[in-house]
Amino acid sequence: MIFLLDLSYRAHSLSRDEFVGPVARIVSRAGQEWRETHFSEIRSDDLKGAIGIILCGTALKDNLFAARVQEFSWLRNISVPVLGICAGMQILCLVFGGTIRPGCEIGMTTVRADTPDPLLPGSPAFQAYELHSFTCDPPQGWVVMAVSDSGVQAVRHPDRPLYGVMFHPEVRNDGVVERFLSLCQEKDR
Amino acid sequence: MTSVNGMRLGVLCSGGKDSLFACYLAMQKEEVACLISVRSRNEESYMFHIPNVHLVPLQAEAAGLPLVTVETEGIEEAELSDLSRAICLAVERHGIEGVVTGALLSVYQATRIQRICRDLDLWCFNPLWYTDQEAYMELLVEAGFRAVVTGVFSAPFNAAWLGRMIDQEALKDLKQYARKHRITLTGEGGEYETLVLDAPFFARRIVIEESTEEYFNYRGILRVRRASLEAK
Repeated sequence: MIFLLDLSYRAHSLSRDEFVGPVARIVSRAGQEWRETHFSEIRSDDLKGAIGIILCGTALKDNLFAARVQEFSWLRNISVPVLGICAGMQILCLVFGGTIRPGCEIGMTTVRADTPDPLLPGSPAFQAYELHSFTCDPPQGWVVMAVSDSGVQAVRHPDRPLYGVMFHPEVRNDGVVERFLSLCQEKDR
Repeated sequence: MTSVNGMRLGVLCSGGKDSLFACYLAMQKEEVACLISVRSRNEESYMFHIPNVHLVPLQAEAAGLPLVTVETEGIEEAELSDLSRAICLAVERHGIEGVVTGALLSVYQATRIQRICRDLDLWCFNPLWYTDQEAYMELLVEAGFRAVVTGVFSAPFNAAWLGRMIDQEALKDLKQYARKHRITLTGEGGEYETLVLDAPFFARRIVIEESTEEYFNYRGILRVRRASLEAK
């Protein structure tokens, strides 16, 4: 089971269908089960049976998650693969000692994969959909896999299967989520 | 962040099924304070749905919602400043804190509306974004929306589609077209346009009293000349 975490401003909010729904569809299409919870409602039991966790994005003006970073401290001890999307990448960065700063991108942009990784599309550069008002300075030691002219676009933990992408893969880059799901299955074997 | 009664939102409304279904979803989570409509004089507008946008005032009346309308020449990109002007008016008149759109797949539309909202420091919601098109269309019919086809712009739509209600039977045909002719089921690719005559949140429904049809070679428009509201 893949666990989807809703990072938006309120549980069951109007943003849920925009940021959790499309990711859930990709997971379903890949033939995997999923469960979802809002970050404010997560219980330790929720993660039982999860083979991977996806931290979903939020609306451009919704940065409440960053003010409540202490509610994500459980991520430090997680052993299954994690994919943070946009707000999710920002949370991973903050939890592991990185920082965020204002940096807005909206719409399609060119992402350059400087450090090839199986998670990313195979080409050296690809188009991706952006929707964020903050950009990340990754934690020390994390690998920067891809960048755009505006900042870091994809990171991974040096030793653990923790990934962050600043772009929204659910829009025109489904393959990123699909490859993450394959990674979860491999790790679960 | 949000008031006790929820965020006050303005819904960008073209009169078609997607914007009014987005309105319906927004009403379940926040407070819809008004509809916002941009009337374009350009039938090829990239941003705004055309054929019967003049009926949005009747839809607003049916829904008991105030309406903010502006007109645009519909020149690419310049029409965005007209949309921004409409949203500003909605902020001034109705104190909206955010905007709702019926965008389904169009990065072009969504990007431009997101940028306007950022510049105006407003929230932007797209509750149908990358939704499951089949599930959405089923829900639209099951929820009690009565939407008729008012424009067709691709094969294999024939003239009989003009004025046809999107019901289970029509949906069955649309699914077949989507499989065989690769149209988008929702018409997001511009294959067809709709007009909502009734919705679960309408106190009254719209009746088309007079209309004209133009159709040639898989392109056709049903223009509503006269319409009124009747009790449900």
